[in-house]
Amino acid sequence: MNTEQSAPPDAPEPVADASLDRREFLAKCLAASPLVLTVIGVARSEAQNEKEKSYNPQEHYYGMGVDVSKCIGCGRCAEACKTENNVPREPFYFRTWVERYVITPQGETMVSSPNGGIEGFPSPVSEKGILRTFFVPKLCNHCANPPCVQVCPVGATFITQDGVVLVDKDYCIGCRYCIQACPYGARFLHPETGTAEKCTFCYHRVVQGKAPACVEVCPTGARIFGEVGARSSPLNRFMRFNEIQVLKPNLNTEPKVYYARLDGEVR
Amino acid sequence: MPRQVTTLAIFFLILGGLLVLARHYFVPKSFGELGHYRAEAIQANTDRPLVYAGREVCAACHPEIAEMHGQAHHKTVACEVCHGAAAAHAESPTEFKPPAPRQRGYCPLCHGYDPSRPTGFPQIDPIMHNPVQPCITCHNPHAPVPPQVPRECSACHGEIARTKSISKHAAIPCTRCHETQEKHKAEPLLSTPTKPTTHDFCGQCHGLEANAPSEIPRVDLASHGERYVCWQCHYSHLPEVQ
Repeated sequence: MNTEQSAPPDAPEPVADASLDRREFLAKCLAASPLVLTVIGVARSEAQNEKEKSYNPQEHYYGMGVDVSKCIGCGRCAEACKTENNVPREPFYFRTWVERYVITPQGETMVSSPNGGIEGFPSPVSEKGILRTFFVPKLCNHCANPPCVQVCPVGATFITQDGVVLVDKDYCIGCRYCIQACPYGARFLHPETGTAEKCTFCYHRVVQGKAPACVEVCPTGARIFGEVGARSSPLNRFMRFNEIQVLKPNLNTEPKVYYARLDGEVR
Repeated sequence: MPRQVTTLAIFFLILGGLLVLARHYFVPKSFGELGHYRAEAIQANTDRPLVYAGREVCAACHPEIAEMHGQAHHKTVACEVCHGAAAAHAESPTEFKPPAPRQRGYCPLCHGYDPSRPTGFPQIDPIMHNPVQPCITCHNPHAPVPPQVPRECSACHGEIARTKSISKHAAIPCTRCHETQEKHKAEPLLSTPTKPTTHDFCGQCHGLEANAPSEIPRVDLASHGERYVCWQCHYSHLPEVQ
C-alpha cells in the first residue's frame, strides 16, 4: 500500500518544482505502475480467497430427488421458483413446473400442465375414464453429461464443480441452440434479456447453505435436495430406500434429478 | 537464408502476433480458469438476493408458532408456503408484512379433491364441505386436525361412496367387506382396513350354492378365475363396469 500512497505525492511536485518535467513524471509513473498493480492484485485475490474459503464447490456435488407418490400437484414449487428467480409470469416460462398424467383405460396418455400447475389443476380430469393418474414435478435435470453445454457455441452454459448447470447470462448470445438440445424442455429464452434461462438449483441459495426455493416450499416433502454420493445426505437416504429412475435414461445424459415411484409412461 | 524465407518468417510472426493480440482482446478475462466458460459467471449467479428466507429464519422470531407447527400435521409445510416469500419481512419486519391467506379458496389448492393426488392425502370437496365458511373457522392452519373424528366412511372416501351409491352394491355397507378398526378413523395410516382375501368371500353371495336372492349373478367358483381374488378383476364399488 506504501507505493500507492507514495505515487500521488509525486504528482503535485512538477507544479512546485520545474526540474521534474512531464516526460520524467510519466516515466516515474510507468515505473511505479507494476508495483501499484501488484498491490491491487494481491488485495483482490486475498478478498477472493476469503470468499472461496466460506464455500468450496469441490466439496459438494448436488442432485435432487423427487418422490412422485408424494406430489399433490399444488404447484407451490413453480410459484416459489418464479418468485425467487424473477421468472416472467407469462405461462410459457418455467424453471420448474408440475405435469399431470392421466392414463385412460384405453391406454391413451394425456399430459397437461396449465400454467405449470401454479393455479392448481382443473377437475374433471378425463371423459374417457381414468386408469391411473398422478402428478410429476419437472425441472432441469442437471445432467452430468449435458447436451445443452455441449452445443453452446460460446461457452455461455457450463457445469460447475459442484455439478450444477448454469448459464452465463452476460456472455450468452441468445442463439437458442441449448433450448433445442435439451431433451427435457427445461430451458427458455428470457423475453427481456434475450438470453437462455434455466433452473440453477437456486445456486445463490445453495452456496449459502439454504435449500432451493421449490424444496423449501414443497408441503409434502416430495422434493429432496442434497449431495450425491455423500455418506450422510437426505438425498443419499432417499436413494437408498427407494428404487430410483431418471428421465430418458436412454439418452445417456446422466441426469441428477432422481425420481422414485415413477410411472413408465412418464417421458 | 533466402530472402523469401525471411519475408515469410516475418509474415507469420506478424500473423502470430495478431492472433495472440486478438485472443487477448476477444477471450474474456476469466475464461478457461475452471473450464470452457467464464469463471466470473459463477459469481454473477451467486450474487443474487434471497427472496425466500427459509423456515429457520421464521422460527427465530416466532418460536411459539414454530413449536406448535413443528409437532402438528403441517410440520412439513414451510411457513412461506402460505405466507409467501418473507426474506424482505425478515430484513425489516415492520415495513413488509407477509400476507396470511384467510379466504376459503386457498386451502383447496392442496386439500381439494383431485383423483391425481396420492391416496390417503386428506382431501375434501370444496363445494360440499361446509360451504361458504372459511377453513380457518374450524381448522387451525398451524396445527390442523379434523374438528371431529369422522363418523361415515364417506367423509374421507367421498368419491368411492358416490360411486358405490349408484352401483348394484349400494346397499352393502363398507364394513361388510372392509374390516375397519375404530382407530382408523382417528389415525388413518396407522390402522388400514382390510380387503377380502379369498374367493369364497364374494362367493357368499355369488357362488353357485350361495344362500342369497336369485337375481344375484352366480359363478362357479371352482372354474372362474381360480388364481385371483375377485376384486383383482372386478371393481367391487361399481361391479357393473368392466
